[in-house]
Amino acid sequence: MLEGIFVEGCIYALMVLGVFITFRILDFPDLTVDGTFTLGGALAAFFIVRDYNLWVALGLSFAGGCLAGAVTSAIHTRLKVPGLLAGILTMTMLYSINIRIMGNRSNVSLLNRDTLISDAGHFFGKYIPEGYAELIFVVIAALVMKFLIDIFFRTDMGLTMRALGDNEQMVVSQGVNPSMMKLAGVAMSNGLVAMSGALAAQYQGFADVNMGQGIIIIGLASVMIGEQIIRKRSIMALTLCALIGSIVYKGIMFFGRSYGYMIYLTPTDLKLITGVIIVILLIATKADMLKKAVGLRR
Amino acid sequence: MIELSNVSKVFNEGTVNENLAINDISLSIKEGDFITVIGSNGAGKSTLFNLIAGSYEPSRGRILVNGKDVTRESEHRRAGYIGRIFQNPLLGTAGKMTIEENMLLAMKKGFKGLKIGLSDSARESFRRELVHLDMKLEDRLKDKVSLLSGGQRQSLTLLMTVYSRPSLLLLDEHTAALDPKNAAIVLNLTARFVKEHGLTAMMITHNMGHAIEFGNRLLMMDKGEVILDVSGEEKKSLTVQKLVDKFHELRNEEFESDRVMLSE
Repeated sequence: MLEGIFVEGCIYALMVLGVFITFRILDFPDLTVDGTFTLGGALAAFFIVRDYNLWVALGLSFAGGCLAGAVTSAIHTRLKVPGLLAGILTMTMLYSINIRIMGNRSNVSLLNRDTLISDAGHFFGKYIPEGYAELIFVVIAALVMKFLIDIFFRTDMGLTMRALGDNEQMVVSQGVNPSMMKLAGVAMSNGLVAMSGALAAQYQGFADVNMGQGIIIIGLASVMIGEQIIRKRSIMALTLCALIGSIVYKGIMFFGRSYGYMIYLTPTDLKLITGVIIVILLIATKADMLKKAVGLRR
Repeated sequence: MIELSNVSKVFNEGTVNENLAINDISLSIKEGDFITVIGSNGAGKSTLFNLIAGSYEPSRGRILVNGKDVTRESEHRRAGYIGRIFQNPLLGTAGKMTIEENMLLAMKKGFKGLKIGLSDSARESFRRELVHLDMKLEDRLKDKVSLLSGGQRQSLTLLMTVYSRPSLLLLDEHTAALDPKNAAIVLNLTARFVKEHGLTAMMITHNMGHAIEFGNRLLMMDKGEVILDVSGEEKKSLTVQKLVDKFHELRNEEFESDRVMLSE
């Protein structure tokens, strides 16, 4: 069962990387992800049920997520709507779209279907137990995405994106259209989230219209947990934070589910716990900053 | 060559808060001009810069750069040939990023693609440029810009802005937020860069002494109009007292001399 924590952690890590890009790099709180995570699952189910190549299905999920992110970004920059509201708008619209994709049902079963996860299990399963085989697959997937993102943020475009979250006027002064840059970043982020949703649906064996509920909070909590564990602030360290934070978060939730009954917690209390974790981490960060400020004055 | 013809800017047009910020200004800026702009608060100096840089669209009139009508062109497009430095030293650079990363973004204006431009040869050329600042920044390429002082940061912004040799350099009180020593350093650097690279520049200042000392042309603005435009020998013979008298003569009212002269 313990490897399950790591498998889920690595799958969700893709989503956490997406949330990291919008929240920490672009400084754009993007709530679309609640809808795009489900969108990714729904698209994966749609194509898998129709016997598409599994990698093609994953790619199309990514593309669908990018499109949803582009819509949010366009609403935000073209219509000058605050980012939060733009995200909620797209998220709400996605709820209906997701149900349409799943053929007017609220969930689609993938049990007894070959998925990327089960294929990986069969493939490596000849040599090692299937649970570990799945783990190897998702670890590789998460690491590949992490390294791709690391490389992206070293390119000229990636550097511009980082500057945009830091100082928008500076980016404009360098002759770059900030709206286009935001669009690219938010699209990329939502693509990752959708990809994560696609893998999550394949792992749990079904896509469900509510699977994305509260994803933004899970993502944020994971990012913040990771930042508490690793204190370096380079891009490579920060993307590693996202990975580790995601796994630790899943671990905390696992123990909450398994042993929470000892302190009279039910599974429905987990969202409350997630929220409390974020508040505690926010307080911890504040305390850190306060300590630093005092240290500087001395 | 930059040409403003009958440019006006009205904020909140048609409401009770209507405010005529720029009133029918026509201005021709020749290549190599270094123009200083003075005027009391609310005279329209910054609005004029915002119109030239493209942050605002004029309500009426046209703006031409090198014969091309750019009146409706967006700010980021114009940034390709108009460099601008703000009063706030934080606005010109990204504080969370390193000096070399900031310089890389300034090296080439416009769209940034997926190539990795930060190479050793790029670093070498950044070092060569930073030596000109004489602040030892060439040894600190990997330092975050937020670690620099306001003066260093504004100097870096200046270097990054002139790097691409813009057709026009807009300096919006770019030394006003610095202490006197750093302000002098940045101002002298500005004058040197303008001269060395033969740049065309406009500089807003609240210091009449600087307005007289620097540049070859001086504009005085009031209530959205250019009320005085002197250049050449006439400008060289100006003194602060002459300027105050001139304002009195033109506007027939007291110049806000204390506010203008005391604010550095």
